[in-house]
Amino acid sequence: MSKNNPTKLPMNRRDFIQTCAVTGLGLAGGLSSLPVSAKPKVTMGFIYVGPRDDYGYNQAHFQGKTALAKLDWAKAVDEENVPETIEVQKAMESMINLDGTQVLFPTSFGYFDPHILAMAKRYPKVTFLHCGGLWDESKHPKNVGSYFGYIDEPVYVSGIVAGHMSKSKKLGFIAAMPIPQVLRNINNFTLAARSVDPNITTTVVFTGSWSNPVKEAEAANSLIDQGIDVLTCHVDSPKVIVESAEKRGIFSCGYHTNVAALAPKGFLTGAEWNWSTVYTQYAEMIRDGKPIPNLVRGGLKENVVKVSPYGSAVTPAAKAAADAVIQSFMDGSMVVYKGPIKDNKGREVIPKGTEYAQTDIWLESMDWLVEGVIGTT
Amino acid sequence: MSGQDIGLWSVLIAVLGGAIRVGTPFIFVSLGECLTEKSGRINLGLEGNLVMGAMVGYATSYLSGSPWLGVLAAAGSGCCLGLLHALLCQHKRVNDIAVGIAMMLFASGLAFFYGKPFIQPSAPRLPSIGFGNWSDSPVVRAALDINALFFIGVILAPVMAWFLMRTRWGNSVRVVGESSDAALAMGISIHRVRLLSTVAGGAFAGIGGAYLSLYYPGSWSEGLSSGQGLMAVALVIFARWNPIYCLYASLLFGAAAALGPALQSVGIHSGYYLFNAAPYILTLAIMIISSDRKGTLGGMPGELSK
Amino acid sequence: MLNLRETWLISLGALTVAFMLVGIFFASTGNSPFEVFYTLYRGAFGSWFSWQNTLVRAAPLMLTALCTVLPARVGLIVIGGEGAVVVGGLCSTLVGLALRDMGPFTVITAMVLTGALTGGLWIAAVGALQYFRNVNETISSLLLNYIAIAILNFLVIGILKDPATLNNPSTHAIGEANMIGNIGASTIHWGLVYGVVACVGLWVICRHSVFGFAADVVGGNIRAARLAGLPVVKILLWCCFLGGAAAGLAGTLEVAAVHGRANNGLNAGYGYAGILVAFLARHNPLAVIPYAILLGGIQASGGLMQRAHNLPDATVYVIQGIIFMVILTSELFYGKFRWLHATREAKS
Repeated sequence: MSKNNPTKLPMNRRDFIQTCAVTGLGLAGGLSSLPVSAKPKVTMGFIYVGPRDDYGYNQAHFQGKTALAKLDWAKAVDEENVPETIEVQKAMESMINLDGTQVLFPTSFGYFDPHILAMAKRYPKVTFLHCGGLWDESKHPKNVGSYFGYIDEPVYVSGIVAGHMSKSKKLGFIAAMPIPQVLRNINNFTLAARSVDPNITTTVVFTGSWSNPVKEAEAANSLIDQGIDVLTCHVDSPKVIVESAEKRGIFSCGYHTNVAALAPKGFLTGAEWNWSTVYTQYAEMIRDGKPIPNLVRGGLKENVVKVSPYGSAVTPAAKAAADAVIQSFMDGSMVVYKGPIKDNKGREVIPKGTEYAQTDIWLESMDWLVEGVIGTT
Repeated sequence: MSGQDIGLWSVLIAVLGGAIRVGTPFIFVSLGECLTEKSGRINLGLEGNLVMGAMVGYATSYLSGSPWLGVLAAAGSGCCLGLLHALLCQHKRVNDIAVGIAMMLFASGLAFFYGKPFIQPSAPRLPSIGFGNWSDSPVVRAALDINALFFIGVILAPVMAWFLMRTRWGNSVRVVGESSDAALAMGISIHRVRLLSTVAGGAFAGIGGAYLSLYYPGSWSEGLSSGQGLMAVALVIFARWNPIYCLYASLLFGAAAALGPALQSVGIHSGYYLFNAAPYILTLAIMIISSDRKGTLGGMPGELSK
Repeated sequence: MLNLRETWLISLGALTVAFMLVGIFFASTGNSPFEVFYTLYRGAFGSWFSWQNTLVRAAPLMLTALCTVLPARVGLIVIGGEGAVVVGGLCSTLVGLALRDMGPFTVITAMVLTGALTGGLWIAAVGALQYFRNVNETISSLLLNYIAIAILNFLVIGILKDPATLNNPSTHAIGEANMIGNIGASTIHWGLVYGVVACVGLWVICRHSVFGFAADVVGGNIRAARLAGLPVVKILLWCCFLGGAAAGLAGTLEVAAVHGRANNGLNAGYGYAGILVAFLARHNPLAVIPYAILLGGIQASGGLMQRAHNLPDATVYVIQGIIFMVILTSELFYGKFRWLHATREAKS
């Protein structure tokens, strides 16, 4: 009676009832015990906060999970549209108890506190890996870990291309909420564009929600009305924004996944996650019984994030500049936050001579917008 | 004026454009609800019609390649849902409002369920007519880039007003809505009139939904509707059950919804959540102001309050 | 008056028909209905773990259902549970933060009272608007939902934000010590008890108290109630208040038993599911309990259905919708079957 394969019950009515009884008894016994059958497969569970085919954040994770499904020694189950409430705790428990998952990947930021922490305390033998980078050795249990990608690196590259391609010198950024990860992307995009031309500005519109198609379309149109000719975003799904940009005939840069198909004429490049790298690495570690590191980060160099292939509109000069920047990320020579940097209120946030490396924790509590960004946090 | 930031003036143009863009679904749903309520029945399930219409329209357009076929299919799905609502509400013991809420949940659920395969693909969209092409300014051009459905909606409003006031059928609808006793005395079949009104209303709501997925924002996803169907019911009350006022109110709402992003793009950033809540606050304020202690709202069909 | 036999028979009959339709729906997706029902059962009631999952989800539904049940008994259809949850949760968090160091008993008591009070006032406002200004209560309560959520987001991202929660904006935490714990060794928090007590208590009031009887009269025929000299306004407003208080309490529990702080997670859809439970229970507070458990169970099994049969999460909505529609249709049959009323007829 394998609880790992609940899909097909190859039995008649009598056996069916017996199965119910025995399974019920078996499950009633162990809350914290893992399934008894020998596990040749590494079982991993994924939880997404939104639909898995949203062309965005969740789809990126889903693509990572699909890569795992190709490995015959790994098994991955997933659940989508799980909100950040007690429901995700129950979803995790369900995967642990009924599917026998040993590693869980609740992928939305809001799952961490209190949900993952509560579950980690209850199930010390299960590993919980959170996409977001919040794990703190002093505060959090050992069976929790964080992983994240420096997507701001490919966003920087997008900014370089945008800077080259923009004719009006006005860029647009549609963002969900003014949280540090988002602000860092806005700042990277702007710093990169301004490194090409210091007169470039980025106008930001916050929609107030991770997913609201009507607001996103409205924001896109009103930005374009203001003269913006390159649009990018940080919301859960870039589909509406990129399609709106294409309809109005301006350039767009993608985010989360490769959205080139949505904008055949206007697509420049984009920042993509490459979670399959991370997930496969984790799966291999589990298979080989190695201890799992509590903090995994990576950027372009570690292939955790990548730059989308350039669109047909990108000029050779822009490509060359972008490629050079990618190279500098790869060999570690690129420092984005190098003083003097002022924020858009005129205050100096990074003095001359100070530099912040990519991994510097200070950057993760960013609450300011760099000079050249029109908008407030 | 080419590509230049023209500041506050452009906010007004953007709001105008937004009023048309965002207001069009409101026009259809509110006209549909207006017709239904004129016949004496309240249909809260139009939100479900809207979502289902959006999904069906998008799916049909994707599968057939013609967005107009999608609009037609959306109208059809609206008819079916309206029919279901009407059949259930026919019976005295069944509570209209409860059925409406049930239909809303049921239709939305079905739409999400069958719409899963259509979240990713891009379907052919409805075309628009560029009324602003005389202008050099892309802002004006964009604002006046209007979809045909808007015009259909704009024409529909006075047509419906004329229908209700000047035709025999429209008269039957109004009688049934004002007083069922009078309708019985005149030999009008109350059930039939209400059924047809609900079905037609449902069809309009479906078209409104198709507009959302096939034009603006132009994509099918589960977060497409932010309660437009339900707001439209409030709109009808605000508009005093007058189709022409429904049109104006819809444009007003569209403008309110467009205000937030428009202001942000000229740099006015504070309190965007409150801006996002503006349409709802506006509706509530208007309802409070325009409602009357005595209990008879000017223009309200008599049968509605029963 | 209430004919228990009739209610039971028709309710069970309706549920049976509903499940048959659901089975047909499952079959239409290419799955064997028996397998999917088994998965449903497994996810909802198949093990102690599943039961806990179900009960935890049922607890807030019991409370938000009351927000529709009580006003419905006096003839108002209110769907503002979601807004009351948000308002109650937010205000009780503020109180909890203010009193944070005064010991768990004080904090929790204060939070519970605040949540109930503010939630109650929110819905009482809906009732007042209806009575004094004839504003349709269904629409106004719906609009207030959206407004409450907007206020929540505005405050939580703005002035109430705890800087340590930059990436998931929330208020400060009320502190681990001040939170409501779980019942014994289970994962069910005490909110379940609050829910059951509220339902039972309100049922007692509705059925066995003068107030409850008066409310029934108001709900049946408001003019007759006035003629009989009943304080109609007070009854209307109190019923709305009590309903809103229950929902506000649900919001407090979300904060005090689950999150520990107020954030967008308060906007969890409990309000709308509660409406469903209220109508299924035909506005009887006691019947809310089993229906909340039923709906909780369906939702609890949603995840397993996704994983086991690759059915999308929207399946849960479709199932709920079918049940709702069938139960509403079953209203037709009350009073139709004379044999159910046979014992009442005088035997001369």
